[in-house]
Amino acid sequence: MKILVTVKRVSDPEAKLKIKPDGLWIQTEGVKFVVNPFDEIAVEEALRIKEKQTGEVVVVSVGDKVVTEQIRAALAMGADRGIFVNYAGSYDSYDIANILAKIVEQEKPDIIILGKQAVDDDMGQAGFMLAELLGYPQAAFASKVEITDDKKKAKVTREIDGGLEVKEVELPCIITADLRLNTPRYASLPNIMKAKQKPVKELTVESLGVAVKPRVTVKKLSEPPKRKGGVKVESVQDLVSKLKTEAKVI
Amino acid sequence: MGNVIILCEHKNGELIKQSLSAAKAGIDAAKAMGGKSYLLLIGSGMDRVKESASHFGTDGVLVVDDPALAGYTAEAYAIAAYETIKSQSASLVLSTTSAFAKELLPRIAVKLKAGMVSDILSINTEGGKVSGFTRAMWAGSIVADVAVDGDIIIATVRGTAFEHAPKLDKASEVKALSVKIDQQTLKAKYIETIEHKSTRPQLTDASVVISGGRGLKGPEGFKTIGQLADLLGAAIGASRAAVDAGWVENDLQVGQTGKIVAPNLYIAVGISGAIQHLAGMKDSKTIVAINKDPDAPIFQIADYGLVADFAKAVPELVEEIKKVK
Repeated sequence: MKILVTVKRVSDPEAKLKIKPDGLWIQTEGVKFVVNPFDEIAVEEALRIKEKQTGEVVVVSVGDKVVTEQIRAALAMGADRGIFVNYAGSYDSYDIANILAKIVEQEKPDIIILGKQAVDDDMGQAGFMLAELLGYPQAAFASKVEITDDKKKAKVTREIDGGLEVKEVELPCIITADLRLNTPRYASLPNIMKAKQKPVKELTVESLGVAVKPRVTVKKLSEPPKRKGGVKVESVQDLVSKLKTEAKVI
Repeated sequence: MGNVIILCEHKNGELIKQSLSAAKAGIDAAKAMGGKSYLLLIGSGMDRVKESASHFGTDGVLVVDDPALAGYTAEAYAIAAYETIKSQSASLVLSTTSAFAKELLPRIAVKLKAGMVSDILSINTEGGKVSGFTRAMWAGSIVADVAVDGDIIIATVRGTAFEHAPKLDKASEVKALSVKIDQQTLKAKYIETIEHKSTRPQLTDASVVISGGRGLKGPEGFKTIGQLADLLGAAIGASRAAVDAGWVENDLQVGQTGKIVAPNLYIAVGISGAIQHLAGMKDSKTIVAINKDPDAPIFQIADYGLVADFAKAVPELVEEIKKVK
């Protein structure tokens, strides 16, 4: 079974971010970058499926040269090889889906796993756009994935508002990973060393025949209005009286 | 041109309340663009919901009611939505940000070859067209103005950023449309829904939310704040730490990657206040924080902070509120 998994390079969720003077993006100098946490869960799930079913895990990322760090991180977790699409320009979710669709055509994986959203832009669209472009079924926000014995379907439990939903999809399919799907493994030092030897193929959008043309563009970033807080009350009685007479919420 | 279609999620014969935020956003955008607004309902056996949906002030309600759509799948619903949208010369398609819309709208966007924006906070119009949106990025630490190219734009709407469309006596026209769904081509099958039963209000609809975090130390702590929730008719929420520990159901998580809420009163108990949690509640009208640690970041955004052990403070709070209520 071949599993394709995507990783996005994102700023560390703990990082304090500043907007660039041109107002178009964040300042990246001095900011730590990591694998999008949901993509780590996606990689882990791909590895677990491979460990049960045998096969290959291929990891793909799009961006400039630095994203190979995140590909190596996934290889250190245990993925077999990488695909690096070298593209330094701006893009939207639709462009990423177009690029990934071309890679799927080349690689023909049985399952494609993505994180449910990237924690930088919080768009959460690329996986489902990819599914539609390919005409594949999708299982969004997965918290449990079971491959049927005949290896032709996946039965997926999904996190929805107010509960869970179970859905069956034929392979090939798209799965997006939610938080509780698994706990990603740490890469051991020997595996980090081994990852350096694993093959990473470099491609360009031109070689894939994709014209990147974002429909959605950021025009300006700004800081949201700051909330004024910081008032402390002395006692429970004090709190209740303020909630009653000042805030008028009880 | 300038028509707006609002795809609404519904359950047990009613629109989900959050859909009314998208309805309001859509009605206002259509007015600003000089176009018409339509609610779109997809499903099976919808006599009750289509009647109730006709009272929210849109120019019409479009209904695709088909037994083939009884069990929800994004694959089938995307076809039904696409065929309807295509026939209505719409320039904007909206739905409220929810598990339903988040996975469904991107498929519709690709069918329409349209750009999509997720979880918008506002819509700007100019000269009869949408000129842009605002939306949160990086866990709400930054707000972005975004523009979208194309004749038709798809967007999910943050429920807390728009008022609900009010219910009116006047009913708008309901129009039934039929779309052919070939189950054989879908490659996806709905199996079942496992609902988390609760007598409390829905997290995203509640006017009071009491959330617990790591400081509650275990599921017992949630029973303690549950007494306060019962007294105030509140929903229970949780930080990611409490959900990860398995103390409460996953769908109670408030934050960037969970639910976004903005109730009249939000009481954070034993929550330190990571930016990812704040992203899900900082637009609440009044925020109360109860935490043992006087330096917890949650106090910086709380209107009223109480430095105390929850195990003592929460039962006291229950008693004090009973006295004044």
